[in-house]
Amino acid sequence: MGKVMLEVKDLKTKYVTRFKEDVFAVDGVSLKIEEGKSLGVAGESGCGKSTLALSLIGYYFAPLHYISGEIIIDGQNISGMKPDEVRKKVLGTEVAYIPQAAMNALNPTQKIIRFIEDVIRVHDKSLSKKDIYDMAVERFRILGLPPEVLEKHAVELSGGMKQRTVIAISTILSPKVLIADEPSSALDVTSQKMVIKMMRELMEKGFIKSMIFITHELPLLYNVTDDIMVMYAGQIVERGTAKEMVFDPVHPYSKGLMGSIIVPEEGTRDVKLEAIPGTPPNLKHPPDGCRFAPRCKYAKPECKVYDVPEKDFEEHRMYRCIYDVDYLKEAYGRNG
Amino acid sequence: MLHQLKQAFTNPKFLVGFVLFMLMLLISLIYPLLSAFEPLDMVTTGFTAPGTYVSIADVANSDGIGMNVDASAGRLASVLKDEDREKMKDWMVRFGGVAEGDIDLSDTEALLEKWQATYDPAVPQKGLRNADKQAFVRLDKDIKAATNSDGLILAAKGEDGLEEVKTIAGNTYVRTGDVVSKIVMPLGADNFGADVMTKLTSSIAVSLRIGLLAGVIATLIGLTIGLLSGFLGGWVDNFLTFLTNIFTVIPSFVILILIANAISGTARSPMLVGLIIGLTAWPWTARSVRSQVLSLRNRDHVSLSKLSGHSLPRIILQDILPYVASYVVMALILQISSGILAEAQLSMLGLGPDTTTTVTLGIMMNWAQKFSAVLGGAWWAFVPVVISVAIITFSLNLMNTGLDQVFNPQLRD
Amino acid sequence: MARELGKSVLRGENITKVFGYGKTRTEAVKQVNFDFHEGEVISIVGESGSGKTTIARMILGLITITDGTLYFNGQPRDISSGHKRKEYWKNIQAVFQDPFSSFNMFNKIDDLLIDCINMTGGRHKSQEEKFEMMTEACSFVNLKYAELTNKYPFELSGGQMQRLMIARIFLLKPKILIADEPTSMVDACSRATILDMLLKLRDEIDMTIIFITHDIGLAYYVSDSVYIMEHGAFVEAGPAEDVIIHPKAAYTKRLISDVPKIYGEWDLSTVG
Repeated sequence: MGKVMLEVKDLKTKYVTRFKEDVFAVDGVSLKIEEGKSLGVAGESGCGKSTLALSLIGYYFAPLHYISGEIIIDGQNISGMKPDEVRKKVLGTEVAYIPQAAMNALNPTQKIIRFIEDVIRVHDKSLSKKDIYDMAVERFRILGLPPEVLEKHAVELSGGMKQRTVIAISTILSPKVLIADEPSSALDVTSQKMVIKMMRELMEKGFIKSMIFITHELPLLYNVTDDIMVMYAGQIVERGTAKEMVFDPVHPYSKGLMGSIIVPEEGTRDVKLEAIPGTPPNLKHPPDGCRFAPRCKYAKPECKVYDVPEKDFEEHRMYRCIYDVDYLKEAYGRNG
Repeated sequence: MLHQLKQAFTNPKFLVGFVLFMLMLLISLIYPLLSAFEPLDMVTTGFTAPGTYVSIADVANSDGIGMNVDASAGRLASVLKDEDREKMKDWMVRFGGVAEGDIDLSDTEALLEKWQATYDPAVPQKGLRNADKQAFVRLDKDIKAATNSDGLILAAKGEDGLEEVKTIAGNTYVRTGDVVSKIVMPLGADNFGADVMTKLTSSIAVSLRIGLLAGVIATLIGLTIGLLSGFLGGWVDNFLTFLTNIFTVIPSFVILILIANAISGTARSPMLVGLIIGLTAWPWTARSVRSQVLSLRNRDHVSLSKLSGHSLPRIILQDILPYVASYVVMALILQISSGILAEAQLSMLGLGPDTTTTVTLGIMMNWAQKFSAVLGGAWWAFVPVVISVAIITFSLNLMNTGLDQVFNPQLRD
Repeated sequence: MARELGKSVLRGENITKVFGYGKTRTEAVKQVNFDFHEGEVISIVGESGSGKTTIARMILGLITITDGTLYFNGQPRDISSGHKRKEYWKNIQAVFQDPFSSFNMFNKIDDLLIDCINMTGGRHKSQEEKFEMMTEACSFVNLKYAELTNKYPFELSGGQMQRLMIARIFLLKPKILIADEPTSMVDACSRATILDMLLKLRDEIDMTIIFITHDIGLAYYVSDSVYIMEHGAFVEAGPAEDVIIHPKAAYTKRLISDVPKIYGEWDLSTVG
């Protein structure tokens, strides 16, 4: 068992709307990532995936508020830190964050090298411009990005190149955890593949020690991360290795998600797609009991009454359902 | 729509603007009904300071009540100004033989005593012009009248000359309510002697009407041209954009002046002026509506409406117009506000509506300027007008900003 | 899965679309040929900017065809007058990508559905009949009319809106349906529902469906024939099984290799 890079204990955060209503977007999430491992987060839109990412990097600006729980990055507890403190001490060196539209965040009037200087200067003022430049060239070379990019402006780069550049900039200080929220969703398939390849290289070359990858595209997740965690209504409903999650899901929601995968591979067109009726609940008033119960075809009356705890099985796996694993598998078998 | 209306009335900016505007509107509607004069009535003969005027004859004829208050001190204070005291001292030193050190200007009683003892108009006053001598005679008379505690004797012409009618004691007062003939002019009278308040309120109503007409006309033309050119595209768009550009590059105020000048003064009714303003103000509405429509034209619901076989007018009215409606309402408000300002500018130049039959805010400013109200210190002839124009346009702009926040939620802070 | 091909409903010969002129002249679609049959499901697959939406809009008659001939039911298509256009549009309909912009937000859902009934000659039908038809259309897409009546589109979720768009097609019963990325803005779970409904509708009224998509997996799942498009031209066309499992064109091969796989190995080394 490797060293634990990121540990989250019962994290709860909420949004406060304009009408002062609480939306519990992350509601009791616990997770652990070891060195050299990556974790994928899947789920429909509105399940709290992106909020989890913001909560993990301590981005507590209104309307997002921290309620309780602990976030420990390589032994350092960052929960309760002020956002400004987080920016100076944690972002960049401990944890890096890449949002979906990251490539649009590059100021068009600045050269790429200036962003790298900015990132480094926040943490280390001693380095000269020359040192930083050499460092950046070296890193770009290893990651397969042309070093000329450093002297260019953002508008001169294509979408895929911009996104890869942003990833290279934010990981220049070799953070311990990289949190990527849909980093390739806005790109065409070829650029997406290049981004994925680069993120894999970051892991292999040790520039990042661990990674959380958030996306709604399951085939992508399957190819990128070691483990997959499915989120529903602000909670984790199942966690396991990528292979187990895709081919042997236990929770009815994961089962539904995996049943909706479409890939251009032989034989897949004759498999009937599975659909989950309805939409994720409004987190202002989450349903009582199991939050998935209103949409679950296996739900029984008590599902809608009693809260379901997280249950461990097969040593490393976890799920959140009232039924036993065996029962669920048998039910899936019956339904084909 | 109802929801947006509700939101608009909870927006503080819109609400303040709306209340201010309604206040001006109500005043302009109600005051002319209550006023005793028509707006163009010449009540007095020229600039008259604001206040309540009572008939002196009425006061003299009314039965007063004796009060235990000596009115002379107050009267004296109003008669004896500082410069008068200086003049009195000067006269006494030069012609009355009083030593300069003996006179204390601040001691009113001693000063008056000395003055009454020494002043004599018969004394030769060398070096004084006749007018100055007369001034001293008048001053002396005023002082005597003010200090007279015996009161006045009121006389009327009788067969044997003057006959005493009655004596009015110095401490006699009359209740203002008992004075029958009274003229109230809260904002005084202008150069024609017309009551400014009546004139102002009725001109606000006329100016608002002109602004509304101009705004509606400009918005209708702009909306039609914008909708057609944005939605139809092609040569129609090219032609209409060309037209709009021509009207945009020619300063509309110059066209306004030319048109207004071409129509003789007496033929220019307020509505005609509104029409002229409206006909020159539409280009920017047309441009902005066009750009809105251009982005709407390619929305999927418009394509679907076409595929459903709907006619062009129906698509424009049902699928495009509702989306630009909120914007058009805002444009209308701004057009009304700029229509009011345009009228004021035109009338300032003497190109507004016929001055013999109507009165607008611009015309009032024009007269105030022509009769040197500023130099003459007749502030009441122009300050209320300027403030009214400012409040009306400010309230309209405030409503516009408020609506902008309602319709574009990202502007809300 | 292989279906007997019906007779040709839509055939394009050397269809070309040019935008702009002079220096800004761009050929968005370059002399493409296609032949779509009755009851067939076709996918036109391409990356953004490949011209697939332009083809769709030309077929729909929303933009003019610069050059080439489009045959509808064997006859050259004629939409020169308003009346002929109306007739043509009775046979061809569309579902667009963004459900939020597909609705006129100021009209109630009932208005939309009644409009469809009126369009197909049901103007003189009684209130009860119309109500019956709307209820049927809604239940076809698993929606309850009673819950939708008197509501505005923005009160629904994206998936519900897209399903309502299919209910609209159900009422209109066109011969050809163009589905322009109908599932790219809804979640994966709703995607399955929408695809199933479209295919069920195809079976019910023997409609030709043309999917415009960038998702090659989706094309493989739904379609009988696939057209792969690059830079305004078709680089490969044929039955889905042939084109996607055994691609011949280099572009198709690259496109397929770039999509993540779950059964086979996703080879990352072929990039960059």
